[in-house]
Amino acid sequence: MKAAVLVFPGSNREGDVAQAIELVTGRKPQMVWHGDGDFEKTDLIVVPGGFSYGDYLRCGAMAAQSPVMAEVKKRAAQGVPVLAICNGFQIVTEAGLLPGTLMRNAHLKFVCSDVHLKVETSQSLFTNRYQAGQVIRVPVAHAEGNYFADDDTLKRLEDRGQIAFRYCAPDGTVNGTGNPNGSIRNIAGVFNETKTVMGLMPHPENAVEPMFGGCDGKALFEGLVEALT
Amino acid sequence: MKARVHVTLKNGVLDPQGKAIGHSLNRLGFPEVGDVRQGKFIELELAETDQAKAKARLDEMCRKLLANTVIENYSIELVG
Repeated sequence: MKAAVLVFPGSNREGDVAQAIELVTGRKPQMVWHGDGDFEKTDLIVVPGGFSYGDYLRCGAMAAQSPVMAEVKKRAAQGVPVLAICNGFQIVTEAGLLPGTLMRNAHLKFVCSDVHLKVETSQSLFTNRYQAGQVIRVPVAHAEGNYFADDDTLKRLEDRGQIAFRYCAPDGTVNGTGNPNGSIRNIAGVFNETKTVMGLMPHPENAVEPMFGGCDGKALFEGLVEALT
Repeated sequence: MKARVHVTLKNGVLDPQGKAIGHSLNRLGFPEVGDVRQGKFIELELAETDQAKAKARLDEMCRKLLANTVIENYSIELVG
């Protein structure tokens, strides 16, 4: 699996996700600077976390208009898989690749902790190594992770199985206590209609080695390798 | 000409920052303050003299970048 990881001014998790990819593929991904309107064809594009353009105007709003994102939109339309994490999720929603938006956390605080996620489906490139209903533990680190979409959009997402992960309690109960940011219906990650683009606020790339407190994120990358190699 | 754009959250979208501001004002001795909604104010200098054209261009700017229409409304005002 050949992967590209985008780098914007202010990205800060590109190294983490590059390391996670190298761990499961044995090769370094291509790092692509935001000004590059064209880059080598890859099997996967990753939009990493951070604070692109200092979160000016709105998180992800400036990055969504960068030359590299114009190319990502083109490739996503052709079916190239896109994994968007944290600020990456904010960027792809601003770019219109995923529905909804990420608002300021309901409690107004930056949240940095491990959370539990319920895997909603195993039927995707990104989640095929998990079981539907499985609970995994991965970290979050954000101030604007409060997912919001209007009722019609939410109904469409749920009817079509486009919810990837929901925040939950350790026992898998989807309720308020497991929700770190006020996300509507506890949504932590969503797919586009074809399930080739996935965005999520938590950081699976920071849960791939035991010394960092858990490996529950590793299966996401292993699943991608299996599906895309 | 100069243009002013106001970006505000749509009705029904929770505004935790506005709420926090309201609470602070209440605590500071302004009990008359009820609901508070927070937004953005953007002032732009335009190289355009035709008002209709300027409005149409500003509308496009708002939809493309200045506002996120999933959660935000915008209003445009031309000045001088």
